[in-house]
Amino acid sequence: MTEISNVQRPFLEVSDLAVQFPTEDGIVHAVDGVSFSIERGQTLAIVGESGSGKSVTAQAVMGLINKRNADVSGQAIFDGEDLVAMSDEGLRKLRGSKMAMIFQDPMSSLHPFYRIGDQLTEAVNAHHKVSKADARERAIEMLHKVGIPLPAKRFDDYPHQFSGGMRQRVMIAMALINSPSLLIADEPTTALDVTVQAQIIELISQLQQEFDTAVILITHDLGIVAEVADEVAVMYGARIVERGSVDDIFYHPQMPYTLGLLASVPRLNEVRSDRLDPIPGNPPSPIRLPAGCVFNPRCAHQDQVADDLCRTVRPALQNVGPAHQVRCHLPATERQAAADLTLSLLGRPGR
Amino acid sequence: MNESKEPVLRVTDLRTYFPVRSKGLFPKTIGQVKAVDGVSFMVHPGQTLGLVGESGCGKSTTGRSVLRLVEPTSGHIEFDGVDVTNLSHKEMVPIRRKAAMIFQDPYNALNPRHTVGAIISAPFSVQGVTPPGGVRKAVKELMERVGLNPEHYNRYPAEFSGGQRQRIGIARAVALRPRFIVCDEPVSALDVSIQAQVINLLRDLQDEFGIAYLFVAHDLAVVRQISHQVAVMYLGHVMELATREDLYARPLHPYTHALLSAIPIPDPRAQKQREHIMLSGDLPSPAAPPSGCVFHTRCFQAQDICAVEKPEPTEFEPGHQVACHFPIEEFLGTKEIIGPDPGLTPRLGADGSPTGEYEGSNDLIRELGTDYGAGPNTPIDPGPAIWR
Amino acid sequence: MSAYVVRRVISMIILLLLLTLVVFILFSLLPADPARLTCGKGCTPAVLEANRHKLGFDLPVLQQYWEFMKGLFIGRIYAADSPDPVVCNAPCLGYSFKRGEEVLVLIKDRLPATVWLALGAFILWLAAGISVGVYAALRRGRWQDKTVMGISLAGYSLPSFFLGLMAIFFIVIRLQLLPYPSYVSPFEDPIQFFQTMLLPWIVLAILYAAFYMRLTRNQMLEVLGEDYIRTARAKGLPERIVIRKHALRAGLTPIVTAAGLDLAGLLGGAIITESIFSLPGLGSLAVNSVNDADLPVIVGITLVTATFIIVANLIVDLLYAVIDPRVRLVS
Repeated sequence: MTEISNVQRPFLEVSDLAVQFPTEDGIVHAVDGVSFSIERGQTLAIVGESGSGKSVTAQAVMGLINKRNADVSGQAIFDGEDLVAMSDEGLRKLRGSKMAMIFQDPMSSLHPFYRIGDQLTEAVNAHHKVSKADARERAIEMLHKVGIPLPAKRFDDYPHQFSGGMRQRVMIAMALINSPSLLIADEPTTALDVTVQAQIIELISQLQQEFDTAVILITHDLGIVAEVADEVAVMYGARIVERGSVDDIFYHPQMPYTLGLLASVPRLNEVRSDRLDPIPGNPPSPIRLPAGCVFNPRCAHQDQVADDLCRTVRPALQNVGPAHQVRCHLPATERQAAADLTLSLLGRPGR
Repeated sequence: MNESKEPVLRVTDLRTYFPVRSKGLFPKTIGQVKAVDGVSFMVHPGQTLGLVGESGCGKSTTGRSVLRLVEPTSGHIEFDGVDVTNLSHKEMVPIRRKAAMIFQDPYNALNPRHTVGAIISAPFSVQGVTPPGGVRKAVKELMERVGLNPEHYNRYPAEFSGGQRQRIGIARAVALRPRFIVCDEPVSALDVSIQAQVINLLRDLQDEFGIAYLFVAHDLAVVRQISHQVAVMYLGHVMELATREDLYARPLHPYTHALLSAIPIPDPRAQKQREHIMLSGDLPSPAAPPSGCVFHTRCFQAQDICAVEKPEPTEFEPGHQVACHFPIEEFLGTKEIIGPDPGLTPRLGADGSPTGEYEGSNDLIRELGTDYGAGPNTPIDPGPAIWR
Repeated sequence: MSAYVVRRVISMIILLLLLTLVVFILFSLLPADPARLTCGKGCTPAVLEANRHKLGFDLPVLQQYWEFMKGLFIGRIYAADSPDPVVCNAPCLGYSFKRGEEVLVLIKDRLPATVWLALGAFILWLAAGISVGVYAALRRGRWQDKTVMGISLAGYSLPSFFLGLMAIFFIVIRLQLLPYPSYVSPFEDPIQFFQTMLLPWIVLAILYAAFYMRLTRNQMLEVLGEDYIRTARAKGLPERIVIRKHALRAGLTPIVTAAGLDLAGLLGGAIITESIFSLPGLGSLAVNSVNDADLPVIVGITLVTATFIIVANLIVDLLYAVIDPRVRLVS
């Protein structure tokens, strides 16, 4: 009977995920009721600034949050099984085999004391009983696939003998070595130079097609989102504030935070004026999230909402398009007016 | 432009080499890292020169050498017409009143044990300057000016967010109303929405006080926003130097083309239409730079001469200088179409749905792609894709 | 690598030579007259002068040093012009007229007890310190961690003489679980050897283990926060492999440094522990020699101890290169 439900279910469906860390200063609400889904072969970008909860979301899905230090709730149904309710051992068996992760800093993400070949074969051996020679062959094949020259020779090198870009390639080889169906890439190019970033993004897309992998890409860079994402979730203050297709987010954005983000990025292809249009103020502390809408202290539109709703009532994610949802109290017409203003600033026609 | 006026800063053939020493009992110098290798540029009063490049290109070392925070190996640094290259530390003191620095990391650049008031007033006490109305009043005005609450005078840096700390650093830098500030990656540690606030602040202070900036950054979009002129650096050399308009609209150096095209722009349709130059391999080590043109190992334009002869910076047209044997005049890198261009036919997949590709542009790229790598200077690592 | 070792050995020898010179000069500045101490009750100025000559203390300091160095390499004859000269063959570390014995022989006699004491305690404290330290790190902030840290602080602050005396009083005298300590060689009577050494081992190990628990715990906590540990978990490695293979090895470097130097230091004699358990080791020999101003013995022990420490340093540096491939031993 699970098979039947699997047919309709998305490949990964996260619903109402919450992660809280009790600390001495109070409870840190790192992730607060996050829901999204993703299919194989698709790329979902989770965009947000530091502290928005995007990395913690990813780590919660991967089961990398130590449940002794944190309270994880909600559901994450992956291939018919709930990752949140799963035992540590069950998660361990999925990690590195069916779901894998690459991280921001390739310089520190590989163990400095072990040869990269050993680190790769270790990933094979953690999930498969294979001979040393087979594991080695598989590792060299992956190194070749990610574009490491002379893979059989580099197999015996240590991480410090590789450049940053090459190390990120090694990380990708290691993540994909057991052909996972879900890959989470947490700021995979933030620590890299732009010319190397382009190579790595290209590589991830290529391998995604080859393995039909679902990719969750966590980033703060709207340019990368525009380049690779199919679906986008915008996170702010531990919540998803807007969710939709890449076209929805870039051409029909609705949430004032998304608008602010789009307007504040300096542009490579044009200088609109000597001044940018930043979002005023600072992001909220995850210990003291504002009541009501998390964005209200920085939002320019809250006086357009009656009854002080923005400061008192937490807005629900509401549908504004077939697969486009937004968490905002603004009435539809006002929201659209704000969006049109920003889009005209960006030189893009509204709808 | 202020070509008629004297530049605030004139740097001529600046070289900063770091010795590579062997370890052990009797260390010997066994080589040199040529972090900056013959760089010349000028910064005009009240204007910004952006210095861009990837890590290890020498942009930060250039910024530090100019203020003599790192000792240059040779060359000349003239500040307001005074050659400061060989001034003693004592002789530099009055110069430092007119030239300041803003650092990248707002978390490490401020002493955590000093109050904000103490940090911002430090330049006054170091230089022995008493502003009218007293230091405290001046500091509070500065705090207000950079967007900090003056009531936080006695707080410590740890109580501020990253963006606010960068404001503290800026207040300290502008305290003595300097003529010139080196900004070393001032916004790269900040979130996008905060980044924009700080860029605007820097721009406003420039307009208000007529400060000239040497703005060191790796983000070409940020540099475009704030600079009047831009210099692109690669392995210690300036590859191209032009006004902002020229550099972004009509880049000449293949490296500039590659850099511009490598940065994805936050506009999905335009991004998918852009032509993409994919540079292969990584940056060579500055301790063993390639012969001839330092870029030739990764260059898609490279020919035999590039490995042998170093191209000198030449003025290709007034105010636009490039160091390349084969500058690209045809526009490649940032050509973009906003929204689907009616002139292009969408390419359809097998099932008849659009693939997101368009006929014309892809053909052009494929054609160029066949040229690549055929030359004698095939890079060591040809990477996965050259042109897309 | 071998060139590196050769270079290190040469600089080691230079260091040792300088060290002996410093020890010589320091002792020549002491007010005590070593010749006077060998002279006994019915001392006359003539006998004193003769003794001084016999011992070589009538020479200038630098010449004494020269004689000592010569003795080290080609042997030495004391009081060659007297009727009963003393021959000390190379390598001659000196001759103690106080004890009527070559220094080298004295040290050789005392070394085994010291080495056994140090090695036994070393193994105990490393095993206990590292395993308990890891355990505490894995339970950071919880009651297990707090208990371990509390015990470690107590162990840290207890003086060894107190711990030793309490052990003897309760275990040997009151409960009579062990016989009164009396050192024999393990090859002669292994049972008595173990009965004698057990308490000193434990006492010494408790003192050091306390430090190693804290060191290991703090190291582990630091390493467990590293990105590559997260990578290891993301690969789906079982937690015990993440801890043992990835975390512990990365945290090992400072532990190796401390262990090497601590062991070397102990090989120069654990003065208090040796005295309490009346072990005939280098430590008690050193104390007695200082009381007697027996310069040749002091110089000999200093040299031996310094050699241990310098050799340990070299071994630690070589181990670094084994543990961490980024450390290259450049010539």
